[in-house]
Order: sequence, then structure tokens, then C-alpha cells
Amino acid sequence: MRKQTMFSTRLVVAAVRDSFIKLHPRTQLANPVIFVTLVGAFITTVVIIANAPEGVSAFEAQIAFWLWLTVLFANFSEALAEGRGKAQADALRKMKTAVRARLLDGEKETVVNAGDLKTGDSVVCETGDFIPGDGEVTEGIATVDESAITGESAPVVRESGGDRSAVTGGTRVISDRIVVRITAEPGRSFLDRMIGLVEGARRRKTPNEVALTILLAAMTALFLLVVVALKPYADYSAGAAKADLSKVITIPVLTALLVCLIPTTIGGLLSAIGISGMDRLIRKNVIAKSGRAVEAAGDVDVLLLDKTGTITLGSRMAREFIPASGHSEKLLAELAQLASLSDETPEGRSIVVLAKERFNLRAEVGTLAEASFIAFSAHTRMSGVDIRGAAGARSIRKGAFDAIKRHVESAGGTMPANILTVVETIAKSGGTPLVVSENADVIGVVHLKDVVKGGIRERFAQMRRMGIKTVMITGDNPLTAAAIAAESGVDDFLAEATPETKLRRIREEQEKGYMVAMAGDGTNDAPALAQADVGVAMNAGTQAAREAGNMVDLDSNPTKLIEIVVTGKQLLMTRGALTTFSVANDVAKYFAIIPAMFAGLYAAPGGVGPLAGLNVMALHSPQSAILSAVIFNAFIIIALVPLALKGVKYRPVGAMTVLRNNLLVYGLGGLVAPFLGIKLIDVLIVGVGLV
Amino acid sequence: MNEHDVLQILIPLGLLVVLTPLLGGYMAKALQGKNHLLSKPLRPLEALAYRLCLVDEKEEMTWKKYASSLLLFNLFGFLALFALQTLQARLPLNPQGLANISWDSAFNTAVSFVTNTDWQGYAGETAMSYLTQMLGLCVQNFLSAATGMAVFLALTRGFVSRGSATVGNFWVDLTRSTIYVLLPLSFVLALVLVWQGSVQNVAPYVSSTGVEGGAQSIPMGPAASQIAIKQLGTNGGGFFNANGAHPFENPTPLANLLELVAILLVPSALTWTYGVMLERRRQGLVVFAAMFTLLSAGLAASLWAQYGPNRSLGEPAVIEGIDTRIGTANCVAWSVFTTAASNGSVNCAHESLSPLSGGVALVNIMVGEVVFGGVGVGMAGMLVFILITVFLSGLMVGRTPEYLGKKIEAREVRMSMVTILAPSAVILIGSAAALMTPAGLAGISAKGPHGFTEVVYAFTSAAQNNGSAFEGLNANSPFYNVALGLVMLVGRFLTIIPILAVAGSLAGKKSVAARETGFRTDTFLFFALLIATILVVGVLTHFPSLALGPIVEHLLVGLGRTF
Repeated sequence: MRKQTMFSTRLVVAAVRDSFIKLHPRTQLANPVIFVTLVGAFITTVVIIANAPEGVSAFEAQIAFWLWLTVLFANFSEALAEGRGKAQADALRKMKTAVRARLLDGEKETVVNAGDLKTGDSVVCETGDFIPGDGEVTEGIATVDESAITGESAPVVRESGGDRSAVTGGTRVISDRIVVRITAEPGRSFLDRMIGLVEGARRRKTPNEVALTILLAAMTALFLLVVVALKPYADYSAGAAKADLSKVITIPVLTALLVCLIPTTIGGLLSAIGISGMDRLIRKNVIAKSGRAVEAAGDVDVLLLDKTGTITLGSRMAREFIPASGHSEKLLAELAQLASLSDETPEGRSIVVLAKERFNLRAEVGTLAEASFIAFSAHTRMSGVDIRGAAGARSIRKGAFDAIKRHVESAGGTMPANILTVVETIAKSGGTPLVVSENADVIGVVHLKDVVKGGIRERFAQMRRMGIKTVMITGDNPLTAAAIAAESGVDDFLAEATPETKLRRIREEQEKGYMVAMAGDGTNDAPALAQADVGVAMNAGTQAAREAGNMVDLDSNPTKLIEIVVTGKQLLMTRGALTTFSVANDVAKYFAIIPAMFAGLYAAPGGVGPLAGLNVMALHSPQSAILSAVIFNAFIIIALVPLALKGVKYRPVGAMTVLRNNLLVYGLGGLVAPFLGIKLIDVLIVGVGLV
Repeated sequence: MNEHDVLQILIPLGLLVVLTPLLGGYMAKALQGKNHLLSKPLRPLEALAYRLCLVDEKEEMTWKKYASSLLLFNLFGFLALFALQTLQARLPLNPQGLANISWDSAFNTAVSFVTNTDWQGYAGETAMSYLTQMLGLCVQNFLSAATGMAVFLALTRGFVSRGSATVGNFWVDLTRSTIYVLLPLSFVLALVLVWQGSVQNVAPYVSSTGVEGGAQSIPMGPAASQIAIKQLGTNGGGFFNANGAHPFENPTPLANLLELVAILLVPSALTWTYGVMLERRRQGLVVFAAMFTLLSAGLAASLWAQYGPNRSLGEPAVIEGIDTRIGTANCVAWSVFTTAASNGSVNCAHESLSPLSGGVALVNIMVGEVVFGGVGVGMAGMLVFILITVFLSGLMVGRTPEYLGKKIEAREVRMSMVTILAPSAVILIGSAAALMTPAGLAGISAKGPHGFTEVVYAFTSAAQNNGSAFEGLNANSPFYNVALGLVMLVGRFLTIIPILAVAGSLAGKKSVAARETGFRTDTFLFFALLIATILVVGVLTHFPSLALGPIVEHLLVGLGRTF
């Protein structure tokens, strides 16, 4: 996906235009805080116009101007966040160029428009063809270029059956031929959904956003009452003090106080925070199907991680040759290499490589005359090679202990005693023993080992500090699993996992009240993905898995779960931090506006009253004080847009440390910053001569 | 202040700290129906009450049933009390032949005592017959306090239970609170007060000739029993008009000390009960620490303001309006205690306090009666503040906020905000209405900011169900009787109902086992945060009132102007 800078000129221009469009009251109703601001700006303007015959007060006109700007700034932040999504959606839409499909009807092929395809249709795609819609490969194998949606330039293999059968509309076949059964109606394909999500077209408020909106609305209602009650309070006080405050306590001034008190900062930025949360995930090539899923990610307590590919490198590697008594290590290496020559699995290749490294053995398939390779089968559970040479027929095999034992015994040999011990030791240490035999003779054991990914231990330690429990899921036996768990530092493991045990484990954790996240790709992962609170399906996985999860990782990288969790946390933290900041700001605004309004109370003739003592910022005049507060209130929204879009930085430390740090920055900072900001603005506007 | 003054402050505080775990532990047992000290003698009484009232004590109620039982019960209490007052002239135990109470005053008083406010627009000895006092006011003193405890119990169960549809049985909670806690405590305190010299009889008033030769009528009555519960149940409604300043209500220094401690005793002990019921003592301790800190801070500020030099009079301290028998230290301590708890009894006139001391009393009420607050409801109000604090600060750690393993979501936030919003709204609306209308303005007696404070104080006291008066405001008029009555109803029931809704919603939630690295609510950081939240919410709402009332008055007194 194309990366873009936060404030490209084009985006900003579009956002400015949208901020005006969004002034429509119906749009504003969704956001009570900004709606009240809008109404305030409107009323102030009406009052000024109504009083126009008696002359327009420059001060009140400026208040009105800044109130309108406050609303526009809030709109701008939302429009900018949406705009960034839209730009990405446009890029995606380009992929939906009019593709033609080769519809297969029995043996007959007809060319139709991709848009006319229905669920269940089968289409043929050959080298160079665009895949016309989401579907499942039913026949053949092909390499597919999915860079358009994943940004990953290396092509991926898609084949019928198994866990790599899903294809996405808009991707291109670059070799071979496949038959695809279409699984999505036109307009409801994965791509369509992605576009919809990115554009925020179907964005609904998430549960936490709803709760926060209620809090903000309640605060707004409270401050509305405070300001409305202030008018009779002021009238009574003015009467009691025999002072005339009618020039000071006006509707524009009261509105200014109201807008300063209500949480416009967080109110204005709330939806931008939500949109940008999803946006940040998209930048990481993860598509969340709902904002709710992103939020849930922040709450994850338990992370189920597949061992293979996440904790360990994809496959096991040969690490050691252990010869049976009476044989040399070199012989073992040589035979193991021969037996693995045609074995294209990573394990087989690692044996060849190890033999090469250790003994510089370089056997090649072509060099062996009259060799017939025996492929691994689930039935025999062995592989190897039969060579007819001068020295007679050699039958070399490698395989699981019991398979080789049967094989050797049927040839009249016996399993040496020390091999059993070696095999047991390897199994206990979490490795896989592969026994190598030649004819009836057992030569030794190859020790295959999982290789734990570099840095994974630190990652798990991080997760623990974040309060997240990691559970490794593996098909291995408990012994093996325990060894790898110990080596990788994962908190817990689920050995001999089946789809059923995975599902049960998720339910158990959820019963305890925990939120569970998992990543999966296979069809048999689908129930677990659906059950998990955050189910991240790998894009390379099956269609069923992609449907079941509530997120799709386009890079098919299960380690990304960790980044997803961090993004979810950032989203909530940003909301909390800006709310705290917004509320803390009010203290300074009171200290600016209340003395400005009531400095005239109980004043000696020509002097100021006692409440002028509350003017701790020594603001120039009542007008400059009120205006400075309003200007600060408007500008802080714009100043915090980058923070809202980027999110508060998250460091994986304990919750209480995070809280303390954020309180210092946004709580204490929110208390102090406006005192400085308002004072600075006061100096500026007085200097420029605005008041 | 001399060392005696300091001692008079420290002794009640010390007693409070010592008694809190003792009574709190006992209440946890008694209120949850476990075996305890008094179960043998009093359990038959409890069982009898259920039999007589056809209550199935095993029944578990949903929050809605719990709330409707509570409302129904309080409605009945209101009607009974209203009827007693308006018919008292024709009823027995009225040796002075006191007349029926007017409808507006009877409405105000009935609401006032049912809502545990005990705002008194009337003067006890010249208005209420002994029967009204005993069967009406005294009974409501018990029952309104027990109602508050029931609310606390339901909310605590909301935190404790997991996936439950019910929050307890209102009738059982009400009965146990009354029989095992309020009655025994009041009985003991009443006996001590009688020993110290409070009156307890149904005799006619005594006529005598005073030292100056004038004729005096000395009021009598069943006072001691009512004083005990008015202090213990955070009611505060005096038997006599002078309340705790009257020698029959507050006869000796020992009586004064015990009554002072009694103001905060039950609300304070409930913090401990809470910790025991949760099986997490530290959670209760954090609440106690927050309450105690706010109390002490208020006390310190008030003492500083009261003992500070009186610049307008040139005297060392403000002593006008303070009975020399009681003294400044005791008066200030009482004024802070009675407003911290939603008690509202007084032993000196708050109007006569220095502007800032009066301001401290006002702030104590304004922050929502959660600095100990009313019996049960103060604790429940504090828990609402905890939920709001958790919601705001919990977000900042990057999780959906949780308290005690329960997620705080839209429903809890909505109900919590109603609880905080409703009393503040009626304070603002009521004060504004009084300051705008001739009927409201007519009641104000003082000039300048002091008159403003009188009005705001009255509505604040009513809305937060405190019931203390700033004095000076002539509130026994149809306008104030009705307005304050309505404000009391909103302040009481628009907080109790949403709190019960929160209890119901929380009870139904799963609870997550505590995480070692998670957000903790039993730490110093959270304690500080809780205090900050309470102050910020309270101050942001009421800063304009405080500025136009106590603050400007304080500044003016500094300039030598009084009102």
C-alpha cells in the first residue's frame, strides 16, 4: 500500500473544504460537544447582527470569529483523518479496473465482465490474467502477484485444497493456470469491504467511544447549566455590589466561557482518533473489519500464538549427527545427505546443508547412477534412496524411530541399544530425532531442532510487562512443547493442539473474563478465529479463515499480533490522554475568564474589585483575557491533530508506570500549558492591537 | 490555637480511626447475615419483622425490583410523615397543643426526613408535637439511614458477584441495617446522652423565671433518643431549633465529643465493611484514606481561616456566633464534620464563620457528599467517583477501564454521570431561580456576597441531602419549602436509582482475575488521582459560585468590608 505523509498539500486542501461541508447541523449532531460550540457560534453571530444598528463591537466580533474557527478546526481534524483513508481507498479502487473473466461452464469458456460474476461461478485464470473476484482455488496451482493489496512484491503460491487456496479479486496470476470458484457477490468482495472500511463509510462508534461521548455530553450539559446560571448569579452580585456589569456579562462573553469550559479539545478530536486508529493498522497492512476489533485489541489479555512461524522459524533444522556405536559421524552425515537429496522439505534441505557444512559433502542428485528416490509417505513415514552400484544394492532410509525400527527388523537387523537412549534424550530436549539406516544396519540419528526466532524472548518479556499472557500453540507433544516454551520465554503452551483444543482453550480463557487474540490461517482455525475476541486471519490463508477473523493481515505475518495490540492500546490511551488534557485545561480558563468578568464587582471608584486578584496570569484587560482563552481553546485543537492522528506513544511497561507518565504529561501538562499559552496569546494580541 | 484546641481536634479524629475497623468488621458480618456479636439476642427480632411483613428473606431481587421496593417504601414513609404533621393537633402526645403544620412546610419536612437531608424550615420546639417527633421524624431518621445502607450493600454486591441477575433483598438489607447497626448504636449513645444531661420525656414545657427576671418556657421532650440517631444516621435534624448548640442536645464536653464522632462513625466504618465484603481490605483503605485526607484538609483550611487574624475587627479570631461553652475549635470541627458527612447538625451558626470557613463547609457539600457523606449513600457516591476516575485514567493505560475486574462501559458511565449531574443541576437551577424571583430574593437576609452564599448554600445543602443551613435565609416560605423539597427529592432519588442501575449492570458482568501488571486501584497513585478527580469535578462546577460568594467575601473582609 502506498505510504503517504500526514499533511500532503492535497489532503489538507481537501480537508479544509470538507470542514465547511461538515458545518451542516445534522453532521454535527453526532458530536454533542462541537454541536454546542456550533450553536454558540451561531447565537453569538445573531446577537452581534441584531445589535449592529448600535455599532458592532470589535471584541464580540472576534469572539464570534474564533468560535466559528473552533468548530472548523474540529471538523478539519476529522476531515483530515477521513481524507487519509480516502486516499488509500482510491488507490485500492484503481485495482478494480474493468477486469474480464473467463467463465467456465463445464468445458466451455465464455468471456464475461467481472462485475457479472455470481457466487459459485467458476473462472479460469492463466498467466497474466487478473483474478476477477474473491474465491477459492478448486483446481491447479499458480503463483500470484498480490502486491496490489499487500505491497509485498514477492509472488505467493496459491493452490487447490489446503490452507493456501484463497485468492483475492484484483490480484494477478503470474504463472500457471488455476480454476477459481467465486465466493463473493460483486460489490461485496474483500476489496470492496476494504475500500468501505478505509473510507470510514460504515464507521460506527465503538463501545468505548460511546461511553466517552456520554461522559463528554454530560460534562457539556453541566457546563451549559453553569454558564446559564451564571447570568442570574452575576445580576444578583452586580445588584448587591451596586456595580454595572451589563457591558461585561454579555451573551458573547458567556458563550465564550461555555465553549472554553466544555471539552472541545477531546470532543473535536474524538472521531479523528478513532479513524486514525484503523488507519494506522492499515499502514501496517492489517485490515480491521470494525473499529470495535481495534479497540478490543488494546484489551487483549491472552495471546495465542502458533509456534511455527511466530515463535520458531518456519521449520526444524538439522543440528547434529549422532552416530550409532561402530559408525563414524562422517558416514552418518553422508548417508543422511543421500537420503535427503530429493527431500525438498526445509528439514531435508537442512540435513544436506549441515552435512555440507560439517564434512564438506556435496552429493548431487545427478551424480548418482541408478538411484531411485523414495518419497516420504504418511504410510511408511520414511524417505530415502535405493542405489544399485558396484558394491551391491544400498537401501538408505531416514525416518521416525519406530518406522526405521520396523524397516530394519524386517530386513533382519536390530536396533542398537544406544540409539534408543539418544532418541529419548533428543525428544526430551524438544528436538526431533530422525534415524538413518542402510539396509539392515542403523547408522545413527540426526537431531532436528526448532530454531527460536531471534529477539522473541525480549518480545515476550515486553508482553508480560504489558500484562499480556502469551500461549504457544503447537501440534508437538508436551515434552517438545515445554522445551521450546522454556527456550522462547513464552508464558504457557498448548501441546498436541487440535482445532477443538484451541477452541476450548479460548473459551476457558474467556470464561475467566480474559480477552483473547489469536492468529490463524487454516480452515480448521476458523472456529477459533471466530471465537477469539481478536482473530487475525492471514491473508494467505483460506477464505473461511478470512471470513471468521475480525482482522486480516495482508502480510500474513503472525508476529504482527503484537503490533495490533499496541495500536489498540494507543487508540484508548490517546482518548484518555486528550480527555484528561481537555478537562485539566479548564482550571486555567476559569482563572482567565472569571476575574475578567467580575473584576468590576465591589470596585472602588476608578479601581478594580477584589476578584481581580484571581487574575494570576496578569492578563492585560478583561477583553484580552477572554479572547486569549477562546483563541487558545481553538488553537489547541489544531496543535493536537498530529498527536490524535499518530497516537500517544506506547512503551511496554507496567500499567501504573504508563499511567504515571501520561498523568504527568497530559494531566499536569494540561494544567500548566494553558496558563502559559493564554498568557502568551494575551501578550501577542495586545501587542498586535487586536484588543 | 492552644494545645487544648489541638487536642479537641485530634481526639475525635483519633477515635474515628480506631473505631472504623471495629465497627466496620462487625457491620460486614451483621449486614451479610453471618454470625456476630448480636445475632443471638436480636436475630429473633429480625425473623419476627420478616414474618410480620410477609418478607421472604431468601428472595433475591433484580436491581429494578430492589429500586422499586426502595421507592415504594420511601413513598410510604413520606405519606405517613406528611399526614402526621398535618394532623398533629388532633393526635395525642401534644401537651403544648401545637397546631397542624402548613402543607408546604409539611411537604418540605416530610421530603427532608425521608431523604436523610433533615433540612429544617421549622423550629422543632415550637412546631412539632412529641408524636410527630417520635413516630414521624425519629423513625425516618432510622429508616432513611437504613435506606442509604441498603444502597451501599446493593452496589457492593454489584462489584462482588459475577454474572448475577440480582443485587440482594431490599427488605433484608433495610431490616438488618436498622436492627443490628443503627438501633444498638443509638440505644447506647442515647443512654450516655441522658446520663450527660439530655432530656428524654414527654412532659409539658417547664415555665420558669430567668436570671434576668423574664418569664421562660423551657422545652422538654424525647430528645436524647432522636439526637443519637440524628448524629449516627447522618440526619442532622435537631430536636430543638438550636440543634447541637442547645444545652439539652449537647449538654457536656463529653457529649459534644461523642456526638462529633458519631457524625462520621458509620460512614467511615462502611469503608472498612466495603473492604471486608470485597475480600480486598486495601480497596476499602484507599477509600478511607481519600475521605480522611479530604476531611483533614478541609479541617486545616477551616481552622486556618477561623483562627486567622480578623482584619476588619482587629481581633485575634472570629468568634461571633460561637457559643463560648463550645468554643471555636469544636465549632469548626463540627462544621467540617457535619458537612463532610451529609449530617447537617450544627453546634454554631455557619453564617457566622469566617468567609473561608463557611466556604470549606460549602465545598464539602458541593463535592457531592462523598467525604464520608451520608450513611451508605456517601460511600456509594464515592464509588461512583471511583468509577469515573477509573474510566478516565484507565483509558490512559490503553485498556477498556476496569474496576475490581469489571469493565466500565457506556451504561456505567451514563448512570455515574447522572449521579454526579443531577444534584449539581438542581443546585444551579434552584439557586438561579431563587436569585431571579421576588419570592426567592425575599428570603435573603444578609447583604452582598453573604446573601448570595445563603441561597447557594441552601440549595447545595438540599441537593446533596446535607440539611445544614447557613442560617440567615428565611426558608420557611412556600417558595423555598417547595423548591428545596423538590431539590431534595432529585438529589436523593436521581442518585440512588442510577447507582442501583450501576449495581445491577455490574452484577451481571464477568469479573476478570486481577493482573499483576494491570491498572491498580489500591495504590497511592490512584488515591491521589481519586482526590484530584473529586476536587476537579466539584470545583469546575462550582467555581463561579465560590468566587461570587465566599472568595469575594474573604477578599473584601481583608479590605475591611463585612456584610
